[in-house]
Amino acid sequence: MASASLQERARALTPPALPTLVRAWLPVLVLGGLTLLLHFVVGPAVGPYYSKLLMDIGINVILAVSLNIVNGFTGQFSIGHAGFMAVGGYTAGMVTYYGGLSLWGSSLPQGGFLGPGELLFALSCLLGGLAAAGLGYIVGLPSLRLRGDYLALVTLGFGEIVRVLVQQTDDVLFSAEELAAVPVWTLPTKVGGALGFTGLPFYTSLFWVYLFVSLTLLVAFRLKASSHGRAYLSVREDEIAAEAMGIPTTRIKVRAFVLAAAFAGIAGALFAHEVGTTLNPRELGFQKSFEAVIMVVLGGMGSISGAGLAAVVITLLPEALRSVADYRMVVYALALVVMMLVRPQGLLGLHELWDLPLVRRLLRRGGGAR
Amino acid sequence: MPLLQIRDLSVHYGAIQALHGVSVDVHEGEIVTLIGANGAGKSTTLRAISGLVKPSGGQILFDGRPLHGLPPHEIVRLGIAQAPEGRGIFSNLTVDENLEIGAYIRKDKDGIARDRTRALELFPRLAERLQQRAGTLSGGEQQMLAIARALLARPRLMLLDEPSLGLAPRIVQTIFAIIREINATGTTILLVEQNAHMALRAANRGYVIEVGRVVLSDDAKALADSDEVRRAYLGGH
Repeated sequence: MASASLQERARALTPPALPTLVRAWLPVLVLGGLTLLLHFVVGPAVGPYYSKLLMDIGINVILAVSLNIVNGFTGQFSIGHAGFMAVGGYTAGMVTYYGGLSLWGSSLPQGGFLGPGELLFALSCLLGGLAAAGLGYIVGLPSLRLRGDYLALVTLGFGEIVRVLVQQTDDVLFSAEELAAVPVWTLPTKVGGALGFTGLPFYTSLFWVYLFVSLTLLVAFRLKASSHGRAYLSVREDEIAAEAMGIPTTRIKVRAFVLAAAFAGIAGALFAHEVGTTLNPRELGFQKSFEAVIMVVLGGMGSISGAGLAAVVITLLPEALRSVADYRMVVYALALVVMMLVRPQGLLGLHELWDLPLVRRLLRRGGGAR
Repeated sequence: MPLLQIRDLSVHYGAIQALHGVSVDVHEGEIVTLIGANGAGKSTTLRAISGLVKPSGGQILFDGRPLHGLPPHEIVRLGIAQAPEGRGIFSNLTVDENLEIGAYIRKDKDGIARDRTRALELFPRLAERLQQRAGTLSGGEQQMLAIARALLARPRLMLLDEPSLGLAPRIVQTIFAIIREINATGTTILLVEQNAHMALRAANRGYVIEVGRVVLSDDAKALADSDEVRRAYLGGH
């Protein structure tokens, strides 16, 4: 009897090959399809105002979902996410602005969709992400030995340091002629200072935003479902027990930090090249970090769909309530306090949207029994 | 040579000395128990072995190798797994996910699947609750999960910290029967217990610890029969 049940269990554990392949690639296809649909159909149909809103939403989704890897999965408390966004944004800005100047003698966009300018932009996004990740490692390594409030303070301090350093830079940018004469490492000294890094080419489009949204979501979901991701969750659940299971908890926390910083850097690069935004230190200060924290806390610590949904709502809210938008920080703070008192794990907790009983019932009715 | 050798182990918590030169041997295949009152230093000894507290003096050798200075997650890799006091289960994860984390240090998928099946055969209650959140289990089931999870690391030495704590007598009986069964299949066990009666019935040898020192050590049966132990820990006369 025991051997029969063993065989049954083994069979239950081995999924058939074809559905596995479909399940592995389906999300990629769906997200890729949605990205193209947004860019080529929805964007032109709704016009520039709503397109910009959709891009804002996408950027905030990347921010929230990536911060969720640190604050939600791993249970640490980082409130310096905008610092990484700024590092990514400024790095990418230097690549496209000064890169464009030296390549084409102009910082204006070059070529159309997927043209040379956009390829430089794609490269700048990756470099922005890389720079933020590197800094994430440097900040994370010492500070992740700290716990709770102490870590929060370090990340807060880090965000402020980035902001102040950017403010100290020169607001007169290098011209094309100067650029040829100065060494590369002096570029970060002239990125606009307190006035902001103006004149960046507007490369950010729905395509690029949702390409990176898709990438962020795929990485986050794969991570959560993997046994490696389970190690992140165990750190959040009980750090000592996790260590006692053989999980190198400090290394896991640093990894979470680096991964989240990388995506924040990409979000910063997208933000820097968006129409109607200026890359300046004020925009990427504590308020932005705080907004990202609110999204994660409201959506649910550890819930990817929850954090994404909260990002959508929090982006739309000030648009819908223009007249009281100035008070939104008051509302956020209140919401945070109430949330911490009533439901500290966030609206969804660890669960995803489709884990909710109501949604489950709907899915079952719609999609047939599984 | 003993599998685990503890020599003159001292541990300080700040200015307070919790262990004053404790020496314990555990041989391959044994169940050894540390008994003693609350606060005697039994759990501290276990925590020193697993690297959760740093000893201030003495030596711990596992298979002849000093454990000194290794972080807990490295010590697990050497073959020492533990079911910590208070169980330390991951309450927001499912029973199955808890088991999976227990096997975190292993890469042999087939071996893990086999050990998982074996653990579930030892604890059928867990097999019925695989998809349930571990936090919703009863106290006894949580203890079972903690032991099953440690088993999935396929340890040579398993450290059990107060497995009977807060459990009904019937469940304690079940759990001790399973501990003996695990030992019978080749896992050496170091068991810390306040329930001296149950512990000495299960163990081969025992050590009595009082205020940070080993005051008695003998065969488990001899200890259970000794007047001192009966008076102090077994409620006899």
